[in-house]
Amino acid sequence: MKRFIGFIKKEFYHIFRDRRSLFILFGMPIAQIMLFGFAITNEINNVDIAVLDHSKDAITEEIINKISASKYFSIHQFIEKERAIEAVFKKGKIKAVLNFEKEFSKNLVKEHKATIQIITDATDPNTANTISNYVNAILIQYQQELNKDITIEYQIVPQTRMVYNPELKSVYMFVPGVMTIILMLVSAMMTSISITREKELGTMEILLVSPLKPIQVIVGKVFPYIFLSVINAIVIVLLSIFIFKMPVQGSLFLLAIESVLFIISALALGILISTISTTQQTAMMISLMGLMLPVILLSGFIFPISSMPLPLQIISNIIPAKWFIIIIKGIMLKGVGLQFIWKETLILLAMTVFFIVLSVKKYKIRLE
Amino acid sequence: MKNNNVIEAQELTKMFGDFAAVNAISFNVKKGEIFGFLGANGAGKTTAMKMLIGISIPTSGKAKVAGFDVFTQAEDIKKNIGYMSQRFALYDDLTVKENITFFGGIYGLSRKQIKEKATVLIEELGLEKVANTLVGALPLGWKQKLSFSVSLLHDPKIVFLDEPTGGVDPITRRQFWEMIYKAANQGTTVFVTTHYMDEAEYCDRVSIMVNGKIEALGTPKKLKEQFKADNMNDVFLKLARG
Repeated sequence: MKRFIGFIKKEFYHIFRDRRSLFILFGMPIAQIMLFGFAITNEINNVDIAVLDHSKDAITEEIINKISASKYFSIHQFIEKERAIEAVFKKGKIKAVLNFEKEFSKNLVKEHKATIQIITDATDPNTANTISNYVNAILIQYQQELNKDITIEYQIVPQTRMVYNPELKSVYMFVPGVMTIILMLVSAMMTSISITREKELGTMEILLVSPLKPIQVIVGKVFPYIFLSVINAIVIVLLSIFIFKMPVQGSLFLLAIESVLFIISALALGILISTISTTQQTAMMISLMGLMLPVILLSGFIFPISSMPLPLQIISNIIPAKWFIIIIKGIMLKGVGLQFIWKETLILLAMTVFFIVLSVKKYKIRLE
Repeated sequence: MKNNNVIEAQELTKMFGDFAAVNAISFNVKKGEIFGFLGANGAGKTTAMKMLIGISIPTSGKAKVAGFDVFTQAEDIKKNIGYMSQRFALYDDLTVKENITFFGGIYGLSRKQIKEKATVLIEELGLEKVANTLVGALPLGWKQKLSFSVSLLHDPKIVFLDEPTGGVDPITRRQFWEMIYKAANQGTTVFVTTHYMDEAEYCDRVSIMVNGKIEALGTPKKLKEQFKADNMNDVFLKLARG
């Protein structure tokens, strides 16, 4: 036990004396959560649009006012001619142009029908889509106001309620994802690098010749990262609660247990990576390409798994991060207990055991 | 076999597939002896040494180190030997004192023992001024000497040195060998591999490995007579060229 404590102390010296690893450990989680929380968002705010109003009557003005009053859009300029549309898009600032047809009010009153064209800059398709949806929503609302005195005989009124995230805050979606990435990165990449570092420096040989058992060496190397990863998880949860006002509906205890389980599975992956790489650089590349990319792309963090092609959907099942994201979204947003996520937990547990067994086996073979 | 043998190897063999990296080598090393283990690169020195220090299991043969069997008692062997690898292997980002504390700790020394040993060791090496400096900042020669002292920290019966003087200047090499002599005088057996043939002359006995086999074994003086050579360098060249 005393040997073990000495070993862990040494490990902490390594970590705290290496500015690079310190940065990855503590700078990155905070930077990432801030980035995802503030900068990268699916919501639109104050998008600059231009208006081409051929009609310039009372109704078009009213519509324009409504749009400009919403927090989503600000009318950046008025243009006079069709030809100018392309020019404003090319400048890049304007994301959409609203084109009111001639005699808009007259058409509306006489023929009960008037047209407005919404032209969006689809170089960013997501934003273009959102913009057109928002404009539509404002128009439909206006239309209802116009029609409020008239009774329509058959009316279907959809009442939409967004549960678990009523304000559709994208940070709710990013926090679980970022937490997953950070835990994966810190646990797997940092351990694999720190183990291969000992191999690269030749100190691993000295450790193996010492009376320390290989398992003690590995546990000693991994232990500090369990501790640091848990701290990271706590920091992320605190940041999301206090800065992004993201609620944790479910049990914090369950969240902690599930996080530790995921951390251990990532650590086992880290050990596995260290057994197949001889240099720190290889370990880092394998961790980044082999773990980070799948976590970002296939875990359902950013791209919904249900809309992936079937082969990718199948592959996504072998990614531990996918299950962890389902679990923590359930706990944090829906407030579910273990009875709803036991299946995912069991899968994650099975994966963890598998990785541990595999890495211990591999590690023994390597010793020969 | 006599009781004062601390290493006894008989027909020790290590196969990698069909290739015999170490081919049935037999030799004994006596207590307090400085045993030079020579051979060209790839002759099988390191593989043989790895079997003796308990991190590689032999394919066949027998060997006892410090009275323990290499097949079944590797853990006991590890407690009784010191090892210094050819690559400098202390932690660069730990101070001199922290390195001593760490390695003392993993060999199970008590805090008090470590403290005493550290004081003596630092004084002997003249490292008082840099005791709290990161090892990475020390010159290579100092590191090597420190590394050797650390490998002796737990008073091992045998210390294995794998090309300990690679890359250091002649003066440091000289000092290094003085340290080896001192350790041997205190009863520690020294098993050393080297490339420098002048160092072979310092050994009590040497063995020369060629292609996995021990082709010559004896005191430097005897070997020079046997191969009718003026120095160990010529002995080595005659053997290695066949």
